Amino acid sequence: MAKVEMTVNGRSVAADVEDRTLLVEFLREGRNLTGTHVGCDTSQCGACVVHVDGKAVKSCTMLAAQASGSEVTTIEGLAGNGALHPMQEAFRDNHGLQCGFCTPGMIMSAVDMVNRLGPKLDEATIRSELEGNICRCTGYHNIVKSIAAGAKTMGKGMKKAAE
Amino acid sequence: MYETNYTRAKDAADAAKKSKAADDAAYLSGGMTLLPTMKQRLAAPSDLIDLTHIKGMNAITVSRKQVTIGATATHAEVATNAKLMKVCPSLSSLAAHIGDPHVRNRGTIGGSIANNDPAADYPSAMIALDATIVTNKRKLKAEKFFVGLFETALKEDEFVKEISFTAPKSGAYAKFPNPASRYAMAGVFVAHHGGTKAKPEIRVGITGASQDGVYRAKDMEKALAANFAPEALDGCTVDEGNMLSDIHGSAAYRANLVKVMAKRAVAAAG
Repeated sequence: MAKVEMTVNGRSVAADVEDRTLLVEFLREGRNLTGTHVGCDTSQCGACVVHVDGKAVKSCTMLAAQASGSEVTTIEGLAGNGALHPMQEAFRDNHGLQCGFCTPGMIMSAVDMVNRLGPKLDEATIRSELEGNICRCTGYHNIVKSIAAGAKTMGKGMKKAAE
Repeated sequence: MYETNYTRAKDAADAAKKSKAADDAAYLSGGMTLLPTMKQRLAAPSDLIDLTHIKGMNAITVSRKQVTIGATATHAEVATNAKLMKVCPSLSSLAAHIGDPHVRNRGTIGGSIANNDPAADYPSAMIALDATIVTNKRKLKAEKFFVGLFETALKEDEFVKEISFTAPKSGAYAKFPNPASRYAMAGVFVAHHGGTKAKPEIRVGITGASQDGVYRAKDMEKALAANFAPEALDGCTVDEGNMLSDIHGSAAYRANLVKVMAKRAVAAAG
């Protein structure tokens, strides 16, 4: 058994888990954070994307033990004070989801995209950066629109925070 | 996934010690191949020894043209390192096109070359850059390191610590990714190392296509030494007999693809 300790959405958690426990299993079954989804389970679809120490990773392809000592953010950790995160809001406004299964991973990837590349994202960049996220409903158009809009709003927030 | 024991190595000596003490250990870096393989129960190491917490083993140093990349540097780190981008943009660009952003945040250069997947990108660069692979036991040239499909010269308890090379005068990597998996169906790294006018030094590494994994294309190097231009490769033939053949492409298709990618790489290298 492995003793894992990490911060999940700002809360410290500690647990004894089997060494082979995947991070996504730990989050979903151990912490009841079922917003992070398991789609393909083969690190292709991106439904399981979470942030580990600020970087987007596929939590189906990482052991919980590997994340011990890290800060993990899941889709549940994005909204604050009863308000949706700007990226979540943008997905709602732009009809960026249909069944919603891929959405948590899409949004976590989108936020990571803005963190890395800034709030001005052109369509080609968004599409190529979505290489690791698969959606079977939307045909991606509205997801791309949502991300561009969400990024813009996040940019305004960044500017405000800087002032 | 079968049961396993996960431990973190403190330093290189500790890693080797832990590996020796275990029944059937595997070194774990980013885990982008090892963990999926374990999930499919195609691998079942008794122990996983995590190398990513060894201090400094992900360092990227560039001193003039001399480049050293620590084995646990992630693809994202290689892709975005400003100094490396300046002296060897071809390698930065290669790293920026491996897998997807999430995979690049975890996968490492050491893990990629130690796995030697026939469709991995890095091995072709290591051959074309004439890189030295430094393990916890020895140093060896890339050509000696890559042995065959998923096979390297690494012995038991041995792992890659870093790779080093001299940045080429110019170079480029061109790949044709499988439309679904995005793995290279043919990837060609061409590096112009300067040399003299009478004897220019060109190296060509090819991945994705051959049954024997990554290889060095000496005939292409010779043709390019005479004339460093895409059309110089017109006279080269790629042996179909050595090419992979599967539902994604026949041997003849891949042989042609190798040549097309080689030409694109030369054109991009300029």
